[in-house]
Amino acid sequence: MSSLSYAAPTSVDDAVKLLAGASGLAKVLSGGTDLLVQLRSGRLKPDLIVDTKKIPGIIGIREENGGFVIGAATPGAEVEAHAKLKAAWPGVVEALDLIGSTQVQGRCSLAGNLCNASPAADSVPALYAAGAIAVVVGSKGKREVPVEQIPTAPGRTSLAKDEFILEFKLPARPARASDAYLRFIPRTEMDIAVVGCGISVTLNEKGVCTAARVSLGAVAPTVILVQAAADVLIGHTLDADTLAKLDAAAQAAAKPITDKRGTIEYRTKIAGVLARRVAAIAFDRASGKTNGKAH
Amino acid sequence: MAKSYVSATINGEQTEFLCETQQTLLDVLRDVIGLTGSKEGCASGDCGACSVIVDGRLVCSCLVLGVEAEGKTITTIEGIAQGDHLHPIQQKFLEHAALQCGFCTPGLIVATKALLDENPNPTETEARYWLAGNLCRCTGYDKVIRAVMDVAAEMRGETVG
Repeated sequence: MSSLSYAAPTSVDDAVKLLAGASGLAKVLSGGTDLLVQLRSGRLKPDLIVDTKKIPGIIGIREENGGFVIGAATPGAEVEAHAKLKAAWPGVVEALDLIGSTQVQGRCSLAGNLCNASPAADSVPALYAAGAIAVVVGSKGKREVPVEQIPTAPGRTSLAKDEFILEFKLPARPARASDAYLRFIPRTEMDIAVVGCGISVTLNEKGVCTAARVSLGAVAPTVILVQAAADVLIGHTLDADTLAKLDAAAQAAAKPITDKRGTIEYRTKIAGVLARRVAAIAFDRASGKTNGKAH
Repeated sequence: MAKSYVSATINGEQTEFLCETQQTLLDVLRDVIGLTGSKEGCASGDCGACSVIVDGRLVCSCLVLGVEAEGKTITTIEGIAQGDHLHPIQQKFLEHAALQCGFCTPGLIVATKALLDENPNPTETEARYWLAGNLCRCTGYDKVIRAVMDVAAEMRGETVG
């Protein structure tokens, strides 16, 4: 007989108390699309599962101060169906939408994807590029953490034992700003990124980039924010020279491993190719030329 | 560890069961309640053979804990037919021979039901992407897609050629 306990608290305070008071390993359950697989395989043997989905606000999307607040456990299918969010942050939405099947989209969440801390997580590069803020709750109260400070290593996060993510904040968008995400996989669906890239840009009236964030997935132990790649975009239009510099900066930042999905050399090259393609989509969207899907 | 008491509406009937935390909704459906139509293919959310609809959303029941079913409304393959009358989706799967071994069929029919509930007029591309999480190793999918497109047209009341 197992000793695994389950609790579905209906408030942040109750959830934090359960996590803080747990005697063994406690795991936070959002959509469960990673956690249940790890339970079944025996990779994780928690003593307590704290299901956060009954906490008010943890599922749902609202507008606030011109930006958006996305509940941490909101399923992918609900995010994908939010037309205004999709118009403002198409890269974030298309990245989350790439995770798994229709069935997985019925459950998978941004918080789960971020806290599972896979370097190949699809929504995470897009969240980094977006400058998303995670609202973390715990015994000491509430703190706002840039998403790139959450994953620390494969499967590891900076969250304390009694902490979990309540929601994500996406900032208000200035005019001529947009984002995009692409991943490379050797088929069209249902696979894990060989490399992923998220880019968010703001342009001026002349199409010159005034702000940029660039991130790469699956080329390091965690998703990485690539400041050097953002720097080559800022102050420039997306001409051939800028694209070449972006490609080089992305390749320089990539520190991948060789595994069954790709070699070091292959992933490094793809990081540059994807950065160019994603930048082209993000610039086109920001200048109003297209709002279509990137993939 | 005491088992948890769970109450849910399954195929329109108020259902109560006891389960351990680590039992998935699929384990509960098959081993506790005796609804063995949902199949366990992979137990990791990859194959879709265990697809059910929970509060209007298509999910893999192997990726849901039984205890999470508390208060939910769940439709399984056993709830698709109307009494002794096959649902039009089931009828079209038969007519198009959209199955061979049949193991994936419950999941495909439930997933098709969820698709047509949300989008009664899918393109073939939309249907293929929607069903991409339902693996079939026999049919090569073409007969499945023909059945789905045909039943969609029929349910929209269009004349089928």
